Amino acid sequence: MKASVAFFTGLAFALGLGLGGVTRPSVVLGFLDVTGHWDPTLAFVMAAAVGTYAVLQWRIMRRARPLLEPRFGVPSRIGVDMPLIGGAALFGIGWGLVGFCPGPAIVAFGAAVPEALLFVVAMGAGMLLFDWRTKGR
Amino acid sequence: MALIGGTLIGASAAALLLVLGKVAGISGIAGAIPHADTGDRAWRIAFIAGLASGGMLLRVLVPNAVQFDVERSVATVVAAGLLVGYGTRLGSGCTSGHGLCGVARASRRSIVATATFIATGMVTVLAMRLLQVLV
Repeated sequence: MKASVAFFTGLAFALGLGLGGVTRPSVVLGFLDVTGHWDPTLAFVMAAAVGTYAVLQWRIMRRARPLLEPRFGVPSRIGVDMPLIGGAALFGIGWGLVGFCPGPAIVAFGAAVPEALLFVVAMGAGMLLFDWRTKGR
Repeated sequence: MALIGGTLIGASAAALLLVLGKVAGISGIAGAIPHADTGDRAWRIAFIAGLASGGMLLRVLVPNAVQFDVERSVATVVAAGLLVGYGTRLGSGCTSGHGLCGVARASRRSIVATATFIATGMVTVLAMRLLQVLV
């Protein structure tokens, strides 16, 4: 049951990304190309997504618990620290190099885009590298 | 279409939150798989499989929606993947975790993270244009 829900929300999320156009690197890079030929598409996608989610999550979080789990697992850390900033900075560089972030890359991987396969493998390696470096801390 | 896609993204993330109580932060969902116990691992793998299946579906229904429509060398794609993988783990999130879910609940951490990765993303694109590197 839980896996099915997760599967179908992932599927819907992917369709949203695809319909929004952000599974094409040119759209993302167009948004990041702020001094060049700026493409605001990503801003519209994000605005609609954040607006929709913000309203819905505000109502959902008033519940005592989710439907199929005993408690919510929403992150609760507050402080801004160097790993957050450093990590975001590095992520942004990778994002700006190719126009892929994890979600769209996995969707493109599913669509058998060769560059996405390469990217996803490298992304996995990058994640494992982080885990390896922080092991035992 | 951008607004329709965005609304669907937001709604599906909200569905995950309502039913399973989880945040649709894809780097976090994927990144925790190696360390998760069996029960925790199942929904994560299912979500990722859903994303990939969505890609398969899009390929059939809306073929132009998913394509690598820029020119990048193998080295650049690999470097980008490594940076995204490492950076999202170090920074505890990505565009969906911080940019969508965190910003939507006005998390200061996520607002700062999102501003940061958008900024370095923009600088990177500018730098690549200035250097006119054939990547």
